[in-house]
Amino acid sequence: MLRTDNLQKTYESGDEALKGVSLSIEGSEIVSMIGPSGAGKSTFIRCINRLVEPTGGEVYLDETELRALGKRDLRKARRDIGMIFQEFNLVERLTVMENVLSGRLGYVSTWRAFRRNFPSEDIQRAYEILERVGLEDMENKRADELSGGQRQRVGIARAVIQQPKILLVDEPTSSLDPETSHKVLDLLTTVAKEDDIPVLINIHEVELALDYADRIVGLSDGELVWEGGTDELDEHARDIIYRGGESREGTGSAIEEEEAAEDRQEIDRQVPGGG
Amino acid sequence: MAADQQTWRRPTAFYNRTVKWLFYIGSVLFVGLLLSRTGVSPGRFWQGILFGIDLVGQMVPPTATETQFNRMMEMLGESVAMSMLATVLGVLISIPFGFLAAENLVPKPVYYLNRSIIMVSRSLHSLIVAIIFVKAFGLGVVAGVLTLSFKTIGYWSKLFAEDLEDIDRGQMEAIEATGGSRLHTIVYGVVPQVIPRAIGLTVYRWDINIRQSTIIGIVGAGGIGTVILAAFDKYQYQYASTILLAIVAVVMVGEAISAITRRRVE
Repeated sequence: MLRTDNLQKTYESGDEALKGVSLSIEGSEIVSMIGPSGAGKSTFIRCINRLVEPTGGEVYLDETELRALGKRDLRKARRDIGMIFQEFNLVERLTVMENVLSGRLGYVSTWRAFRRNFPSEDIQRAYEILERVGLEDMENKRADELSGGQRQRVGIARAVIQQPKILLVDEPTSSLDPETSHKVLDLLTTVAKEDDIPVLINIHEVELALDYADRIVGLSDGELVWEGGTDELDEHARDIIYRGGESREGTGSAIEEEEAAEDRQEIDRQVPGGG
Repeated sequence: MAADQQTWRRPTAFYNRTVKWLFYIGSVLFVGLLLSRTGVSPGRFWQGILFGIDLVGQMVPPTATETQFNRMMEMLGESVAMSMLATVLGVLISIPFGFLAAENLVPKPVYYLNRSIIMVSRSLHSLIVAIIFVKAFGLGVVAGVLTLSFKTIGYWSKLFAEDLEDIDRGQMEAIEATGGSRLHTIVYGVVPQVIPRAIGLTVYRWDINIRQSTIIGIVGAGGIGTVILAAFDKYQYQYASTILLAIVAVVMVGEAISAITRRRVE
């Protein structure tokens, strides 16, 4: 179970990215976090595993409060948190197998990692997971030889092999075409359900969020402004999340999403560690 | 369409056009001053050219006695051996310096300390370094290897550190997120990104070290330089030109090997 309590992040620039977000995710539910660009979605996900250091509030993974942990204990806690990235973040020059096995790095010594000497049960599991994500016989390909969809499958495999207690997924489809996006999200949610892992997924495409989530939360300007089931996300709810409660005046949503994607890239450049 | 009376002039990079012309005139006067103060004159230059032609005349055809030839080959071998040893030793020492001089991987004080060390290595010419090592370790190959190793640090670490600063942070971040330690992140997330460049830099530095190894003998740090200086001192110009040709050949081979290797890995 993951729970954040009044989680805050103020960047050194004075920019208040998170103004106290409280959220909990239990069982094996899939929670989609939607919201306009710059709302703080990426920052929120990164504050959970402290890739971005929060400036206030608490994060609980089961009974452990992550913000109180020292470096060594934080690393141990991160072994239980799988993360999937927008730009895949595979080690490009390494093979698919090495990338998948990197999900087990928290359990092996640096020397063993250097010699790629992983325990045989890890290797066994890596083969099984590669088959599950549809990349059987690809283990010796280099990551930079793969297509975008294949890369994100490796990203999923790397996160799942950690046997995490939660999966954090940051805009998994922004670098993919619509059809591949569906396939990747299908796979991600199926694997998560099979392994009983809860998922927190940042996504700016509302329709995709509706297709795959059990529950939707809306983040706007660093605050949680809406929470509910997928069937409850009506026009009014969208107004609250995207327009601060003001009703919109007949603009095409496709155009808006495109603009949102552009804005997001802008934000990524401004926010340290964003992406 | 009627011709337009408007004119346009390219804006000058200087403050204004008067400054521009003053700068040009000043430059010409300054070079003239330098010429007169250093005694460089057309007459002096012409005199040198005549000596030069005479010297080249005495250098052809390149010849060497059997003893001279054997000595040359032996010392050329020594130069190449020195360059290889120095590359291996120098790069091994450079690796930690390189990592510690990458701004994105270490704290600021460590970064500045290592940048300074690298700067010292870069600022001294290899002949000066060679003189110091010859004073410390005596004449011969040891001083030469140490000189070239020292110079390798400045070159290799600096360029390696710059490559490290250019790596994709996302790949590091992914390793950090799995619970990897700092060392895991370097071994798994950083090193694979810079390996090809490291190999390329090493081969290129070896190529530079070959060239350097032919000259440091002049101050007694081993290699072919010793022989070429002796040949000139004894007015054995034909032997000297043989050595020069041999050096050119060796350097060309080294350069070719380095170019092919770099093309394959980078």
